[in-house]
Amino acid sequence: MNSAQTASANDILALAQKLRREIGADFHEKFVEAVYKDASQIAKRSVRMAGEKAHFNLDSMIDRIVTSRICGFPLMIALFALVFWLTITGANVPSAMLATFLLDTIHPILKELAASIGMAWWLDGILIDGVYLATAWVVSVMLPPMAIFFPLFTLLEDFGYLPRVAFNLDNIFKKSGAHGKQALSMMMGFGCNAAGVISTRIIDSPRERLIAIITNNFALCNGRWPTQILVATIFIGALAPDHLAGLIAAAAVVAIALLGVLITFASNWALSRTILRGKVSTFSLELPPYRPPRILQTLYTSMIDRTIKVLWRAVVFAAPAGAVIWLSANLQIGGISLAEQIINFLNPLGLLIGLNGVILLAFLVAIPANEIVIPTILMLTVLTTGLSGLGAGTGVMFELESGSATLSIVQAGGWTLLTAVNLMLFSLLHNPCSTTIYTIFKETGSAKWTTIAALFPLGLGFLTTFIVAQVWQLFA
Amino acid sequence: MEEQDNHIKNQSPEDCEGCPVHSAANLMKLGVDMENWDYVVALAGNPNTGKSTIFNALTGLRQHTGNWPGKTVSRAVGGFEYADSRYKLVDLPGTYSLLATSLDEEVARDFILFGQPDVTVVVVDANRLERNLNLVLQVLEITDRVVVALNLMDEAKRAGKDVDDRRLARDLGVPVVPTVARYHEGMGELLAMVDEVANGKVVAKPYRIKNEPPKLRDASAQLVRQLQSVYPGLPNPRWVALRLLDGDERIIRAIQDGELGDLSQANALAVKPAADLSLEVLG
Repeated sequence: MNSAQTASANDILALAQKLRREIGADFHEKFVEAVYKDASQIAKRSVRMAGEKAHFNLDSMIDRIVTSRICGFPLMIALFALVFWLTITGANVPSAMLATFLLDTIHPILKELAASIGMAWWLDGILIDGVYLATAWVVSVMLPPMAIFFPLFTLLEDFGYLPRVAFNLDNIFKKSGAHGKQALSMMMGFGCNAAGVISTRIIDSPRERLIAIITNNFALCNGRWPTQILVATIFIGALAPDHLAGLIAAAAVVAIALLGVLITFASNWALSRTILRGKVSTFSLELPPYRPPRILQTLYTSMIDRTIKVLWRAVVFAAPAGAVIWLSANLQIGGISLAEQIINFLNPLGLLIGLNGVILLAFLVAIPANEIVIPTILMLTVLTTGLSGLGAGTGVMFELESGSATLSIVQAGGWTLLTAVNLMLFSLLHNPCSTTIYTIFKETGSAKWTTIAALFPLGLGFLTTFIVAQVWQLFA
Repeated sequence: MEEQDNHIKNQSPEDCEGCPVHSAANLMKLGVDMENWDYVVALAGNPNTGKSTIFNALTGLRQHTGNWPGKTVSRAVGGFEYADSRYKLVDLPGTYSLLATSLDEEVARDFILFGQPDVTVVVVDANRLERNLNLVLQVLEITDRVVVALNLMDEAKRAGKDVDDRRLARDLGVPVVPTVARYHEGMGELLAMVDEVANGKVVAKPYRIKNEPPKLRDASAQLVRQLQSVYPGLPNPRWVALRLLDGDERIIRAIQDGELGDLSQANALAVKPAADLSLEVLG
């Protein structure tokens, strides 16, 4: 650009400033008014109401019910409980079938094959007992619940229910000092926190957007649903009689999810009164019409877009993790394996917060993907307790056809109901996965806020589990 | 496809033979494979009007669609080939206006202004026409090369509304195509119209906002004169003037660092701008 143009550019800005003073501060409103007036005139000319207006408006009748003061919240909770109940009860059988097939049938075949070609024991260990078993475990644990949960959730989304949830929550969000649209980014977070963090772009004010980013991790993401569902099924559900077990387990998962929502509000409140002080902005939320979901298309896209994608991510992270676990269990320093040394180191801290060293190590291994927390815990537990008859050898992720087998393992690891409850709490309250942390850094462009977003939930997790453990031990 | 098109226009099969829409069958969905495109098409519109559904129908991609506003926050890019031209299609975040401050509105606005798409398709909810037209009028202030997709015609009909697309096209001064994207109705007509606008076969006389107070009109006229003398090729001086009067920081910056000057030069030389250069607003 030449200098003459620069000079004129400054002239333009000067003129604009002068004119702006002349026309006054209400320019924006005046212009918006003009646009609205024109739009209204044009619309009137081309829209005609054909015949009689519909007497009965189904949409607004449904809205009156699902957003009502009395029914809104109970309906919302009941609906989500139903989704989880269907997921938990529906996933049991296919999960067991997959586990039997991948672990009982395929695994021995692979071992025989390796033996027949004379594969070195350590290579056989890393590849088949480490990588293959970890992957098979993740697939059999995660695929069935996800294949049920995601289509159901997507159907609710396509039907138009999610904006109603946002509508119900909007008022609480505002009262907690945050933006009402945070309800929507939180809903996204229930699918994936990284996606939830990106979706905070719909929030205009930087202050409220930061609050939404920092608290998004309290929306239980799909990497953590399987952990919650599994632990709830084998510990909480087992407390109830058989025919109620599924229901009780679903209720426990809903309770944890709701706790996450409550903590979101509490954190909003605390953040907006301390490091992120400011005014709450208003916005208008449009309730879209209910649209009958296109069921087949929804099933297809939720399978491809969500289930397979999430599963793939889990597999990608589980495979190397399997190798690492096998190696750490078989590499010995001074007669004790590496894994055991780390576990012994973490144990005092773990016990203080009602968990143990195994669980803490599993959460460290699972930083890239929360999905592999449970498989890692089980494998490490067998390793440290020297449980026999279940694992095929040191560092092997073994077969578990039923919840009761899992239960017997973790009980051997010294687990109590407190361990299960605190594991569920800690899974809700700990640092986001590495993908989410990276996304937060990209969205905020600030190392400071990324650090806060990573450490704030972790600190909260330690605090909560510590208090629960101490109070529990006081009464037990 | 043709059957559904007939359903909209109530044409007899013979009418179809001679009409360019008939060749809609030669749409080739290119997915994300869209190197060496001839034209760039932007998809704008209010939230939840079906932009992503149209995007998927044309590109064969499966960008997630959901029934809630604010689902697309960044741009999605895909491609298709139609009537021997290769098109790059950009799905913009849904916005109610192009005036405001939020990041998604800025993404949409900056792309329409600085990305200089060859055609901007504004997807409009036929059932909520008045509110949707606010955005159309603002887009028309920025660019002439607009096709309005009057989507969700089925919902409007169910609500007992009869929307006269021809009247609307005459009032807005740009082509209007009725569609039901969910069931792929009207996609052929939409493609044909996009193609005609891209090739310059349709010349628009876009509506300009008229109901502004006289004081405002005089002020913007003054600024427009000066803008035109400095940036002779600028395609939308009036809109830039209005934004300056509103104290829009982004536009002021564009003038200071010469981005606006580049825009006017690119236009004056009739060189096809590299539409991707100014795109990376969000990285």
